[in-house]
Amino acid sequence: MYNHMVVGERRVPEAERTDLLFHALADATRRDIVRLVLHGEHSVSDLARRYPMSFAAVQKHVAVLERAALITKHQQGRERMVRGRIDAVRNVNRLLDELEASWRDRMQRFGDVLADFEKGEQL
Amino acid sequence: MTVTDVHKDPTALTMTVASEWDAPIARVWQLWADPRKLERWWGPPTYPATVVEHDLRPGGKVSYFMTSPEGEQYHGWWKVVAVEEPHRLDLEDGFADTEGNPIDTMPTMQSTVTFDELPTGATRMLIETRFPSVEAMDQMIQMGMEEGLTSAMGQIDAILAAA
Repeated sequence: MYNHMVVGERRVPEAERTDLLFHALADATRRDIVRLVLHGEHSVSDLARRYPMSFAAVQKHVAVLERAALITKHQQGRERMVRGRIDAVRNVNRLLDELEASWRDRMQRFGDVLADFEKGEQL
Repeated sequence: MTVTDVHKDPTALTMTVASEWDAPIARVWQLWADPRKLERWWGPPTYPATVVEHDLRPGGKVSYFMTSPEGEQYHGWWKVVAVEEPHRLDLEDGFADTEGNPIDTMPTMQSTVTFDELPTGATRMLIETRFPSVEAMDQMIQMGMEEGLTSAMGQIDAILAAA
């Protein structure tokens, strides 16, 4: 099933996928849903109970997340279950990694300036 | 001692950099409060920062620009949201045009910097950065790269400077 999804995803151009991802995560409720379903499956009706909005509104959020490949849905009895996709969240992680690298550099310079400051005080 | 921990939360769109410095809290604070010290670490050696305005009071503004090796200037600003010397600094961080005026169409990020005195006399500094959206995060990081913050050259220079 996993391989099947990856193959399907290749049909969507990279740039378009990025747009979908950005749009999907631009909303606080959708970010919260992703966080929740990364830790375990939830049914759409369970998600709807958690937010102060209509079932239809939550369903819409879930659909946006599904288009962005951040979650997958499958039928389980009468319920539609939602599960988070770790690999999609890793894209966001990549951005955070770049940010981390720039702050590590900055902190190295911070230490250099601090060391010079200490030397200056002793003179 | 420098960076002790980096915590990234991809769903909350936050990053927290924890660091420890073998220096009194007042001195660590000065690296933010003294514009001449701030500009020495904010930008990499290849894109040196010049701080223009520096009003570290609530509602105050800090403006700066970074100069590329080709002489191009990249302007940025902080809006000071809250200050509690020498313990806490809340900033909004954004980009500006060549005249230093904030660009409204560009996203901003929020930062909270906290300083704690450790029993050893060392100082712990936590920098939390929050992005309003993935799109904003991507844009800010792209701009940061243009400023040479994450370029390989910048990293090599930082290593040479520390050697």
